[in-house]
Amino acid sequence: MKLFEFEAKNIFQKYGIPTPKGKVVTTPKDAESAAKEIGKPVVLKSQILVAGRGKAGGIKPASNPEEAYQIASKMLGSLIKGLRVESLLVEEKLDIVDEYYASVTVDRSARSYVVLASTEGGVDIEEVAEKSPEKIVRLNVDPLYGFAEFHARKIVKKLGFGGKDLRTFSNIIYSLYKITMDYDAELVESNPLVKISDGSFVAADARIIINDDALFRHKEFSERAFLEYGEREAEARRHGLSYVDLTGNIGCLVNGAGLAMATMDLIKTFGGEPANFLDIGGGARAEIIKEGVKILLSKPDVKVVLVNILGGITRCDEVARGILEALRETGVKRPLIVRLVGTREEEGRKILEDAGINVFKDVEEAVREAVKTVRG
Amino acid sequence: MGIIVGKDTRVVVQGITGREGSFHTELMLKYGTKIVAGTSPAKGGTTIQGIPVYDTVEEAVQKEKANTSIIFVPAAFAKDAILEALDAGIKTIVVITEGIPVKDTIECIAKAKMENATIIGPNTPGIINPNEKVKVGIMPNHMFSLGIIGIASRSGTLTYEVAWEISKIGFGQSTCLGLGGDPVTGLNFVEVLEMFKDDKETRAVVLIGEIGGNAEELAAKYVEEVKYPKPVVAYVAGRTAPPGKRMGHAGAIIMGRVGTAQTKIEAFKAAGVSVAETPFDIAKILKEKLKG
Repeated sequence: MKLFEFEAKNIFQKYGIPTPKGKVVTTPKDAESAAKEIGKPVVLKSQILVAGRGKAGGIKPASNPEEAYQIASKMLGSLIKGLRVESLLVEEKLDIVDEYYASVTVDRSARSYVVLASTEGGVDIEEVAEKSPEKIVRLNVDPLYGFAEFHARKIVKKLGFGGKDLRTFSNIIYSLYKITMDYDAELVESNPLVKISDGSFVAADARIIINDDALFRHKEFSERAFLEYGEREAEARRHGLSYVDLTGNIGCLVNGAGLAMATMDLIKTFGGEPANFLDIGGGARAEIIKEGVKILLSKPDVKVVLVNILGGITRCDEVARGILEALRETGVKRPLIVRLVGTREEEGRKILEDAGINVFKDVEEAVREAVKTVRG
Repeated sequence: MGIIVGKDTRVVVQGITGREGSFHTELMLKYGTKIVAGTSPAKGGTTIQGIPVYDTVEEAVQKEKANTSIIFVPAAFAKDAILEALDAGIKTIVVITEGIPVKDTIECIAKAKMENATIIGPNTPGIINPNEKVKVGIMPNHMFSLGIIGIASRSGTLTYEVAWEISKIGFGQSTCLGLGGDPVTGLNFVEVLEMFKDDKETRAVVLIGEIGGNAEELAAKYVEEVKYPKPVVAYVAGRTAPPGKRMGHAGAIIMGRVGTAQTKIEAFKAAGVSVAETPFDIAKILKEKLKG
C-alpha cells in the first residue's frame, strides 16, 4: 500500500527527519492561505499515489499566495497519470545547495533488506544505477543481526561525507531503516534528500510503500487500504479477488495468478487484447465467482468474457453456478466462452450446457474462439 | 531419486486441524505420502484420519521421527510455525500459507540457512515426486505421473497445466516444485537447477517464471556459466502485464525497469535456454529435445 507524500512526511517527522514547512489543502482558497502562512515562495505538489508526478505536471511553483490560488484551481480536480488530484501539499520552496538519495527496500535475490544511498539525488535512481553504479552505495542488512548506527555511518563515509554532514546524513539513514521495520515497509525513500543553504538536511520528497501482507498488524491504515486502486480494482479487492484493469476488450476470469497472466499472453499471441487480469484464487465459491463475473460485465469495453478454470481446489460446478447467477442478476447479454477442466468438471459442464453456454476443454481453442468472437 | 523429498520423507502437518490442513492431509495420504504426525496447539492427544496430533513439532519429531513439515497455519502465525519447525530440527519446510509479511519471511529464511534447512515457499503449491509417490503439497494428484522431467515454477495452476501436458506425452516428472509466488522465497531457480543437475532421474528441466524480480535472469546466467548439462526449457508469464501493478502474486510486479517478461525471455535465449511461446509449447519442445 502506497502512502501519500504528506503521510510519509508525517512519519519522517516523527522519526526526527526534517521535512519542508507545509500544509495539505483541498481548495484553492486554502492553498492561498497556506502560502500566506508560509510567507515565501511555495511549491504545490499534487497528492497522488503514483511515481513520476513532476514530469507529468503534478508539481508546480508559485511565487506568491495569489499565484498559489491560480495554480491550485487548475491542479485540483485535474487528472495526472489517470488519477484525480484531490489534495495538494503546499510547501515552502527550499534554497537547495545539493541533492542526495537514500532508501531502504527489499532485495529479493539476496533475501534481505538493502539500504541504498547516493550523492546523485533528484533523478531517476535506476538511471544512476545503470550509468554510474559507483555513485550508489548499498548495504545488505543481515536479517538476524539488523542494521546498526555504525552501518549508516559506514555508508555515508563511503559517499565521501565527513564532519557534521556525516552525522546528520547517517542519522537520517538510520531513521529510514527504523521506519521500514516499524511500519513493515517494502520501500522507504527520500529522493531528493536535500542540503539547504543553512547547511541542514531536509527530506524534500518522501515515499513509503507498506507491505500489503503486513497490513493486518497496522490497523491505522485499514480505512484507506484501497485508495490507490481504481473503482473496479477496489471492488474486486473487497471480495478478496485480485484484479487489474487493462485496455483491451476480452474480459478474463482465471484461477491462479500465473495461469491468469498466461491466459492474457495467449490472447495477445492469438491477436486479441485482454481487458483485465482477474485471479479468483483457489477454492472460490459460487458467490465469489459471481462477483468476479459482475465486475467484468460492469466494464463497457468488455465485448466477450473468457473464463479459464483448471480445477484443483476450485470446483467446476461452483464456477458454473457463479457464472449463471451473475448473468441472471445483471441481465447483461455478452458472449461467454468457458474452459473448464478438473474437479467436478462433468457437473460444471452440464450446468452451463443446460443454460446454452458452450464449454471448452482446451485452453488454446477457447482463447482462439474468444479472439474470433470480438473480431465478429 | 528426485530432489528434496523421497521415500525417506516423514511429514508433520502443522495446522492439521484446519480446513485446508485436514483436507490436504487426506489427499496427500491418498497419494502415498508418509504423514506421521500433525500439530495443533492444545489439540494434542487427538487423531485426524488416523494421524496422531501433537501440541508441538518437537513431540512429532521425537515420537514419530518427522523430518519434513508442511505448514497450513494462517499468515499471522506462520513465522512462529516455521521457527518452531526449525527449532525442532526439521530440515525441509514447505510453507503453503499465502500472505506472510515479507519481513517475517526474510527472518525465517535467514534462520533456516543457519540451521542448514530448506524452506520451500511461502505461497507455494509444494513439492511432488511421482516416482517415489511423495507429495508434500496441494497439487491435484492425477495430473502428475512417473517420469524424467524436473519442474520448478513460481505459480500454481499454471504448473499443473504444464505438468499435465508433460504427463500426456508420456514423459512424466521426476520432481515438480513451486518456488512460491512471493517476492522472497526459500528457494530460487538457480538452487533448484543445481539440485536437478545431480539428479540421475531428471533428464530435462522446465522453469516456469513470471514477471517481477530477477530470478529468471540469474537462472539464465547460471545455465550459461556452468554449461548446464541437461536441456532447459523456460516459459515466462506476464508479457502483457503493465508495470507497477501486482498481478495477483505478491512477487509478480514490474518495478521501474526491473522484472519485465521481455528481459527474462531475452536472458534465457541468450543463455541457450529454449523459451516456449505458450505454456503448451513446453511439452512440444521437450519432445524435440529428448528425441531418440
